Order: sequence, then C-alpha cells, then structure tokens
Amino acid sequence: MMPIYITEVAMRDGSHVVGHQFTKEQVRNITSQLSAAGMPYIEVTHGDGLGGSSLQYGLSKEYDIELIKEAALVAGNSKITVLLIPGIGTIKDLKEAYAAGAKAVRVATHVTEADVSKQHIEMAKSLGMEAFGFLMMAHSAPPEKVLEQALLMESYGADAVYVTDSAGAMLPSDVRNRIRLLRENLNIEVGFHAHNNLSLAVANTLVAIEEGATRIDASVCCLGAGAGNTQTEVLVAVLNRMEVESGIDLYKMLDLADYVRAEVLPHPQDITTGSLVMGYAGVYSSFLRHANIAGEKVGIDARTILVELGKRHIVGGQEDMIIEVAQQIAKQKVGIV
Amino acid sequence: MNKIKVGVIGSGNIGTDLMMKIQRSPYIEMAVMIGIDPESEGLQRAEAAGVKTITNGIEGFLQQHELADILFDATSAKAHVLHVEKLKGLGKKIIDLTPAAIGPFVIPTVNLQDHIEVDVVNMVTCGGQATIPIIHAINSVQQVEYAEIVATIASKSAGPGTRANIDEFTETTSLAIEKIGGATKGKAIILLNPAEPPLIMRDTILCTLQEQAQEEAIMEAIHEMVAKVNEFVPGYRLKMEPLIDEKQVSVFLEVEGLGDYLPVYAGNLDIMTAAALKVGEEIAQAMIAEEAQIR
Repeated sequence: MMPIYITEVAMRDGSHVVGHQFTKEQVRNITSQLSAAGMPYIEVTHGDGLGGSSLQYGLSKEYDIELIKEAALVAGNSKITVLLIPGIGTIKDLKEAYAAGAKAVRVATHVTEADVSKQHIEMAKSLGMEAFGFLMMAHSAPPEKVLEQALLMESYGADAVYVTDSAGAMLPSDVRNRIRLLRENLNIEVGFHAHNNLSLAVANTLVAIEEGATRIDASVCCLGAGAGNTQTEVLVAVLNRMEVESGIDLYKMLDLADYVRAEVLPHPQDITTGSLVMGYAGVYSSFLRHANIAGEKVGIDARTILVELGKRHIVGGQEDMIIEVAQQIAKQKVGIV
Repeated sequence: MNKIKVGVIGSGNIGTDLMMKIQRSPYIEMAVMIGIDPESEGLQRAEAAGVKTITNGIEGFLQQHELADILFDATSAKAHVLHVEKLKGLGKKIIDLTPAAIGPFVIPTVNLQDHIEVDVVNMVTCGGQATIPIIHAINSVQQVEYAEIVATIASKSAGPGTRANIDEFTETTSLAIEKIGGATKGKAIILLNPAEPPLIMRDTILCTLQEQAQEEAIMEAIHEMVAKVNEFVPGYRLKMEPLIDEKQVSVFLEVEGLGDYLPVYAGNLDIMTAAALKVGEEIAQAMIAEEAQIR
C-alpha cells in the first residue's frame, strides 16, 4: 500500500472555531509539536484562505503571513502549507506566503469552478512549491462532474486533487464513488478532506483510503469548521491498527491534543445540532456561526436558516446571504411579506 | 442633431451586448463592429443589423479609421495595450472595458467629468461599477477607513477571460475602491455561484468609518446614489435597507441586467456595458457641444 500523507488542518480549518484568533505563540507551540510527531504537512492560514481576513469572513488577530513565518521557523521536516481560494486570495498573497516559508499550497475552488485555479496552480509550480487542487462542496456535484473538474486541475500541473466534503454531507457511498472515479482516471494522487457533521469523518476517510486516496486531511481535537474534521489522533490510532503507514507518532499526537484541549479549544468539538443539520442540509460548515448570530438577531431558529440555505444552493463564501435569508424567514413568519 | 459615430472592438459577449445598447442611443451611432472571427455571433449580428463590420481586427480599422471617433474596446487587456499603441495620433477617444487600465478609472456617477477630455479611460470592473458609487457616497458624508466589497456573480456569466485571470478583478477593484471610492483601504472578493437557475448579480459593501456613523445623512447619500446609477442601469437596486451599526455600514445590492444580448442574471456584464455606454454618450455630448462652439 502507498504511504498516506496527512495534512494537519487545525490551524486553518480550525481557525473558524477560534474566530480566526490564533496567536503566534499557539501557532509556534502546535507546529513544533506536530513537527516532532512527524506530521508531513501543516496548514496555516485564515479559515477562508490567504486574504481571508475580512469583515465578510472575520478579521484575523494576526495577519496569516506572520503566522506562517512563525510556523516555518519551527516546522523542521514538516512542510507548511497554505490554502488559497481564488477570488479571495491572489498570486501576490501566494508569493508572500512562499517568502514567509510556505512550501505547498492547496488552491481551492467550488467543485464546478476549477478553471479559476489555473493561474494560481501554475504560479505555485513555477515558484517551486507543491500545488494541490481542492474541490470544495464535492457532495453537491455528481462523480463525473468532480472528475471533469479534477482533470482540469491535473492539466494545470496540480500534484494531487482533493475531494473536499466541506459540508460534511457525504455518505460513505458518496466518498467511494468519487474517489474511485478519480483514482481510475487521474495520473496524480487523490486526496480527501472530511467534516464530521454526520459523525462519518473517520469512516469516510477510511473509505477514501480504501479506494486509493493517499492525501488525507485531519485536525487535532477535530478543530475545524462545523463539527470539525477527521480527528488526527483518532485517525493515526486507527491507521496504526490497520498497519497503514502514516509516519506519525500517536503518543505525541495525544500529547498535542491535550495541549489543544486545554489552551486552544473554546468549547469541546462535539456534533452540535447546528453542525448536524448542516451535514443534513448540505451547506458550508463555516455557515454555522453566522447562522447562529443571524438567528439570534432576528429571533428565528438557526436550523431553519441552514435548511433554507441548502435549498437555495448557497455556496461557500456567500455568508452575506445568511442575514438576508434570516430576515426573509422572519418576515414570512409574522406575515409581512 | 448629428450623432457621433462609434465603433466596438471585440465581438464577444460584452461587445455584442454593448452594440445593442448603442443602437438605442440618441447621442452615438453604432458605425462599425471590429472583430477577428467572421463566424462570431457578434459580427454576424452586426452585419444583420446593417452595421459595418471589420473582420481583420485593428489593422482593418486603421485603413478606414474615419469610420468612428469613439472606440469601445471589449477585447482583452493584452490586445487593448496594442490597440492604444496603434491608434495613437489619430485623435480617437477610447473607452476600455478590459482590465488593462492604461487610462484613468472612470465611474460615471463619480468622476466622469474629470476625464471627459482624456483619450483613454478605463471602466474598472463590474464589481467596481456596482459598488464604488456607494462607497463614494458614504465617503462624501464621512471618511471611510476601510471598504470591502463582495461581488457574487452567476458562474455562467463569468467568461473565460475573467476565469483565467480572476486576480485582475480583485486587484483592480481594490485599487479603485481606494482611488475613486475614497476609502483609505479597499478590499474586493469575487465569488462565482453555480446555482441553477443562475442568480442575479449581488454586491455586498461593508464599510468601516472613522467615527460613529451619521445615520440619516448616510442613508440619504446612499439612496441618492442608487437613484443616480439607476438612471442608466435600470436593474440596479438595494436588496434591503442598509444596516448601520456604530461605525459599520453594510449595503446589499442587486444588479439585474436588461437582457439585451445576455440573460438578465448577468447584471455584472450589463452594468459594464451600460456604464461604458454612459461614458460614450457623455463624451459624445461634449464633442457635439465643442463643435457647436467652433461654428
């Protein structure tokens, strides 16, 4: 079996959980412990990627380029990777991240919009970085569409393409169909990024590995948007039991998990009603916090907002729609409309 | 009154939509469509409408440049640079709808009169045309420290040019938010929405002010500006009343297109062609007035 390369995303996807308030000290501590545990890739970026610090998505406490610098100083053999969503981040941001020490980038687009990633993937390759395509909300498109878009990213020079279950809405069969089709038709590696909204993150990840995915995202203590991602320390334990090589020291990951639980996690990452509804409704995981705020503001149930967002096929990044949808529902409720 | 003769370079979506708008103008006359692909729908439509067509690009126009005094360039940034070079010395006014931005940025309701005499003007971006008027309106009441815009457009309305170079949108728009909108710092985000049926273009503007917002004056300025843009972009409207919260102003807009060549959801393309038409008409009116004076 091919070795599995895990990317630790707690300092990127987990940025949503802490309201993008990671401190330099936290980033240094987590990175050095991850490096000691043998983590091959460590992602450090605002939750919405480079340039994500904004009123729309939430302002970062520390500019992410500064956090990348901190992480790079203590990364050792681990590679610091960044997320870039074209339309939010730019090539200028990518160059700054590279200068700050990032060695790899995941260029993320909505699952049907891969062609906007061309210039960023090509630039990353010309800088000598590893470049990965990241197809978000992959549950919302049929497997053939996911393949078509993955082939585009491959043609731009991507080193791997990830099937990204941003909404934590995929069933194991959804993962199997998509990963299998990509594995059969791509010449590059295939990756998988899960969210745990239906309590399927580890299970889905194992299905992905079974179907040939070799690039896996995970987050310590499940630190990620919604119900979090595939819990790194759990995945490592399971892979050990399955005798699948990940190169990661389980006990060091467990020690790190204790640190994160004590020093970083604002609240335990369980499957709240909100995240469950999200997996159930199929909307972007980072919508949860915004839906809660909007629900409180207009006095309606956040679940109702999330289900309505799912019906309207609102895509990642459209956080501005949430308050509007909430107000429409509220108006309908009192019969103004 | 004699109309000023104009030409459109580029027979793609934007060029064709623009042609249809020009054909209704009381000030300018659609005299020539300049393209490079005789099979393109734009050139064929022009021909069917009795508009003169040139199928060998700018070279073809140079041989008969008396055909038009104002040119709209709806090609690409790269081609535009070449066009400006070739047209030098011929006294043409050029309105640039590409991201090349050789000439100054123009937002019709904000700074058109400052640049009416300039040879080449640039139309910024669709997101810029939609949001900068509002930022400018807010800034005219109180200094805007930071302005951020989020433009959401239907996937189907993002052409290959936009897709291949999406950074041009974010960078050009951010710069124009500062230079024309007046914000100390600008930021732009663009999202492509694949929802079916396609959604109408939406723009969200989030501004942080230096001081506590003067609610009444800001509301009035925003409404006034929406009405002004409305004069030439009928589908431009507030999606809901702006939200004002201490130092933050949030404005939610929707831009529905006229449905000339492109479907109504493509308000992003409509606002570009409508704004370019407005600039062309104003330049034409200035030219007519000048001519009358000489006589």
